Amino acid sequence: MFFYVPMALFLLFLLFPFYWMVITSVRPDGELYRPWNSSNYNPFWTWKPTWDHVRYLFEETLFASWLWNTTFIALASTAISLVCGVFAGYALSRLNFPFAGSLGTGIFITYLVPQTLLFIPLAEIIRNYRLGDTPWSLILTYPTFLIPFCTWLMMGYFKAVPKELEECARIDGASRWQAMLYIVIPVAIPGILSAGIFAFTLSWNEFIYALVFLSSPEQKTVPVGVTSELIRGDVFYWGPLMAGALLGSIPVAIAYSFFVEHYVAGLTGSVKG
Amino acid sequence: MAISAVSDTTLREAPPPRRRRLLEDERWLAFVLLVPTIVLLGMFIAYPFIRGILLSVTSSRVGMPGDFVGLANFHKIFNDGIFRTAVYNTFLYTGVTTVFKLALGLWLAMLLNRNFRGKAFTRAFILLPFIIPTVLSTFAWKWMFDPTFSVLNWLLYHLGLITGRINWLGDPDLAMISIIIVNIWRGVPFFAISLLAGLQTISPELSEAAAIDGAKPWQRFWHITWPLLLPVTMVVVLFSVIQTFADFQIVYVMTGGGPANATHLFATYAYQIGIGTGLLSEGAAISLAMFPVLFLVVIIQLLYIRRVEVR
Repeated sequence: MFFYVPMALFLLFLLFPFYWMVITSVRPDGELYRPWNSSNYNPFWTWKPTWDHVRYLFEETLFASWLWNTTFIALASTAISLVCGVFAGYALSRLNFPFAGSLGTGIFITYLVPQTLLFIPLAEIIRNYRLGDTPWSLILTYPTFLIPFCTWLMMGYFKAVPKELEECARIDGASRWQAMLYIVIPVAIPGILSAGIFAFTLSWNEFIYALVFLSSPEQKTVPVGVTSELIRGDVFYWGPLMAGALLGSIPVAIAYSFFVEHYVAGLTGSVKG
Repeated sequence: MAISAVSDTTLREAPPPRRRRLLEDERWLAFVLLVPTIVLLGMFIAYPFIRGILLSVTSSRVGMPGDFVGLANFHKIFNDGIFRTAVYNTFLYTGVTTVFKLALGLWLAMLLNRNFRGKAFTRAFILLPFIIPTVLSTFAWKWMFDPTFSVLNWLLYHLGLITGRINWLGDPDLAMISIIIVNIWRGVPFFAISLLAGLQTISPELSEAAAIDGAKPWQRFWHITWPLLLPVTMVVVLFSVIQTFADFQIVYVMTGGGPANATHLFATYAYQIGIGTGLLSEGAAISLAMFPVLFLVVIIQLLYIRRVEVR
């Protein structure tokens, strides 16, 4: 009783918006725009499901390009961040060099810098570098919030790898670089997966940089495209909007479902410190 | 052993190239490994930060460099009624949502910390609000709060709680409440899953021993679980405070700062002024006005983490 009732309420609260998204995106317009207080109105179910909204998305808007843009940008920025984060994490956790401590603190601080603090000067810089309205404006800026997180997470994993393992390899003639690449990094693969899936979802979800740096409709990412192209003035096309929200969420939900354990490890690792 | 001896000699026969020798030095290797990170963070965090400060003391607009004006922009925004409302809103938004997210998240974490059928499944589903792009899920909420077609109004009406329609996003106070609800909805999973990880490190034997000694459930929570969970709680709260304080997406989608600029936060107002109207330097000043608070939270976090590490 004290378990199932609150649990059910939590699930209802947390998952209802998704149900609402699904039901809206397959519901014909005639049913959608019926005022909430009209009689015999059943908001929770439809007997006449339709693909009209999805068809509208792919035929009348650039939704397919937005999906491709988002995927490409998310994958590229994740890859860059992983390489940088793994290298930096290795250096900070296993090598002795001057200023290691203060550099680590510096990277941790950038981890806490929110995008909304810097987006205006950054927009100017992007324009000066002539990166505006290209995917590279995002591929190069997303790592600023992904690298610190990846570094932080990888440091934790690298610290757990025993020093002896690396020393054995070095006695057998491996160089430092080889020992890192072939001995230490493979042991930390679960950490790389966690950092990767977390970084992928973060860059898929990013909004304000994409909103400010991209201007032409065919360059946009899903969150920005849905926000700016499916609303005409004050008119909201709720069917296509919800269909777009649903389809824009599915890839990241699928990626997440394959790596739930890694995602949770990344999430909890990211706050453990 | 023989194999390693062979590889030893082969390595020694060819003298290692200069590049390889440099990488054998710990300091050089560290430098090489850190260069990409330092370049990217320098170019897109440190440099924009300095540019932001320089921008905020000029009178730049889009396409116009502008002159040095000192603190005129800051003087202007501190006398701006909308900015003051935004400051008030941001503190209110951060405070209220953090309390609710912590309370609900902790409750949910304690529920999840039991053994029940479908636990892994439930946990995976609970994280969905945090995974799904915030902008997209916020549209679902906006549609649920729609003045004419609101399913929430339908629900409340049929439960007999209201008689007329509620114009959720048209009234300043209700709009603020709606935004707060969406933020809580998005943040509870993060709190719950992080706190659950903390709870799982606490040995159940402690609670059991206290129970044998006659401690009531509430006493066990207050004297055992809560103090042991406090380090995790602190870090989660500080993270969440930074994110919430600098939030943009939920307000941008739900109200766009309206009705009549009543629900702006720092970030949405900075966007409206800096990008919307093109007053770059004023927008940069509004963004930078967040900095002192963020700085304070980061300092607390750094000190706290250091203290935990020392222990």
